[in-house]
Amino acid sequence: MTADLALELRGLGRRYGERPALQDVTLDLQAGRTLVVFGPNGAGKTTLLRVLAGLLRPHEGDVRVLGARLPDEGWRARGRVGLLTHEPLLYRELSARENLRFHARLHGVAPGRVDEALEAVALRVRADDPIAELSRGMVQRAAVARAVLHDPALLLLDEPLANLDPAAAEVLEPLIGRSSGRTRVVTSHDPAGGLAEGDIALGLRGGRVALLAPVAEIDERRVRELYT
Amino acid sequence: MRRAVGALLRKDLLVELRTKEAVPAMALFSISTFVVFHFGLDRSSLDGSLAAGVLWVTLLFAAVLGINRLFVAEVEQGGFDGFLLAPVDRTSLLVAKALALLAFLVLVQLIAIPAFAFLLLGPSLWQALPELLAVLALADIGLAVIGTLVSAIAIRTRARDLIVPILLLPLLIPVVLAAAQATAPLLALDGAGPLPGRWLAILAIYDGVFGLLAYAIFDFLLED
Amino acid sequence: MTYGKGLRPLAALTALTLTAAFALVFFFAPLDADQGFVQKIFYVHVPIGIVALVGFMAGGVFAIQHLRTRDPRHDLRSYVAIHIAIVLALGTLVTGSIWAKASWGSWWVWQEPMLVSFLIVFLLYACYTPLRFSIEDKERQARYASVFAIVAGAFVPLNFAAVRMAEAYIHPRTFATTGGGMPGDMFLTFLVALAGVGLLFVTLWKYEMASKNATFKLRALRRTLAGDELAPVPRSAAPTL
Repeated sequence: MTADLALELRGLGRRYGERPALQDVTLDLQAGRTLVVFGPNGAGKTTLLRVLAGLLRPHEGDVRVLGARLPDEGWRARGRVGLLTHEPLLYRELSARENLRFHARLHGVAPGRVDEALEAVALRVRADDPIAELSRGMVQRAAVARAVLHDPALLLLDEPLANLDPAAAEVLEPLIGRSSGRTRVVTSHDPAGGLAEGDIALGLRGGRVALLAPVAEIDERRVRELYT
Repeated sequence: MRRAVGALLRKDLLVELRTKEAVPAMALFSISTFVVFHFGLDRSSLDGSLAAGVLWVTLLFAAVLGINRLFVAEVEQGGFDGFLLAPVDRTSLLVAKALALLAFLVLVQLIAIPAFAFLLLGPSLWQALPELLAVLALADIGLAVIGTLVSAIAIRTRARDLIVPILLLPLLIPVVLAAAQATAPLLALDGAGPLPGRWLAILAIYDGVFGLLAYAIFDFLLED
Repeated sequence: MTYGKGLRPLAALTALTLTAAFALVFFFAPLDADQGFVQKIFYVHVPIGIVALVGFMAGGVFAIQHLRTRDPRHDLRSYVAIHIAIVLALGTLVTGSIWAKASWGSWWVWQEPMLVSFLIVFLLYACYTPLRFSIEDKERQARYASVFAIVAGAFVPLNFAAVRMAEAYIHPRTFATTGGGMPGDMFLTFLVALAGVGLLFVTLWKYEMASKNATFKLRALRRTLAGDELAPVPRSAAPTL
């Protein structure tokens, strides 16, 4: 297994009760590249992200994230992965700053980085207001700050631009976008936008791989077929 | 590990300070329960084993309130995920939550016990204060360890508020039993008797066994 | 592992031992000086109690295996052991209550540490099935049930010690007829009864394991035939393989 592969999946399977949520997923992803994941709801996109994050154990197959075998060596990858999902994973009664300080302590990150992160997501001004008082866009920005605070090598993003206006999306691009240079796995429901984001496209249907190809070789139509 | 426990504990205390949810409710509940006992027992002054019993039953039920809510913030705000992604020992969550619960219990008792002395207790609290504190310390540790474990088991089930009390009470009977037996002579009407050491021993053994057990198996509750 | 193997001879042996025990109880064991005939319920009450406790602790041991190996078969063993033990615990409480009524005149006595401890243990294990039922994901259900079984298994001896200390009395009249200790003929009867109940537990356990295994094999076959059209298993507290 080569060292510069951020992800190596061989026959990954994960059941939900008796039904398979993911079946026989095999792919490689090189460091620095972006994998964009398409598929209808229930196809297994979120499950895939959660398995890669180490939150769900694979039931079958061989999974290596950043060189660490899951689940046995999962602890080696922890702390190098950043996850952004529909839940902001922030405590509502605490402020953005307090939340980030908490995460910084958990991840062993220097406290100075909290201010940097707040600056980077343009939340300096409202940093000390409780999360409950922030708008959805601001909460999403705080969530992004949380996800990248520990400078992860792998970013797992579940529809990251969902709650953002174009201006906010621009602010966050250097942190979680292509220009960040990080290895990324991004789920998307937007064929055009998604393809623009990624280097490799993965299409899931019913937990199985329906499409796996470099973005250059496919077009929007191929992606739309997944949803029919 | 210590860093993680510190971070988690600070966060929990900060949230409680902000919301002031658990501690005031538990304290208020304790005082109301004393009033209920007054009417239920039709007594104005308690001493000895009756006083010990009423005190410990009340503290136990107040603890249940706090235990029910211990992991609620984590589950509702996806906090488990945030913690599970961090490069820390998962058992640090157990330690941090148990310490937080312990802190809440102590704070509540700082209010409830003087209230008890004021409302219902015949003899003076001062007659055996150090011994009483020793019993409280050991019993509180037992409550905190088992409370955290049960709360963690219940929090990811559907009937979480219902599972906590039915699971917790039988497990805590030895603690309440030992604590009440130990406290009874301390609250005797005619001056405090000696503290029966074997009850402290039982509490210590209980705390030790379940502390170690909880430490060993807590990880399994957090996986998926 | 085929649980059905040897089940018939085992069942026969159980029936034989229990019959022998009954015979000994009625015809061989001496009549207690004070309590009379009713004391004979002791030969049911105590063996059932002992086997129930062993069953709970066995459930805890299987649970430890389950957590260590993640093999769902250990969880099944734990589940079956525990729920047979729960039935036996209920039997202990009922027979103990009858004995209490006959000996002390009331259906429940707090001075009897074994009875009180069993009540607490029963209340605790009564949570096992609701806990399992309230978790839908089968793997998590098994894992949490194992955690519970281990904690409860460790709790049992501690609980007995604590309750016993709380009551100044020791379990009265069990072994005393004339002077301390259990005389030979009582002891023999007791041993046979204990062996009988023990064999009963093992027989029931094996029987249920065999039955459940057969159900799972059947379902697996159905699944390969019907594929996705197979109706999902309704929510249950029982483990699946």
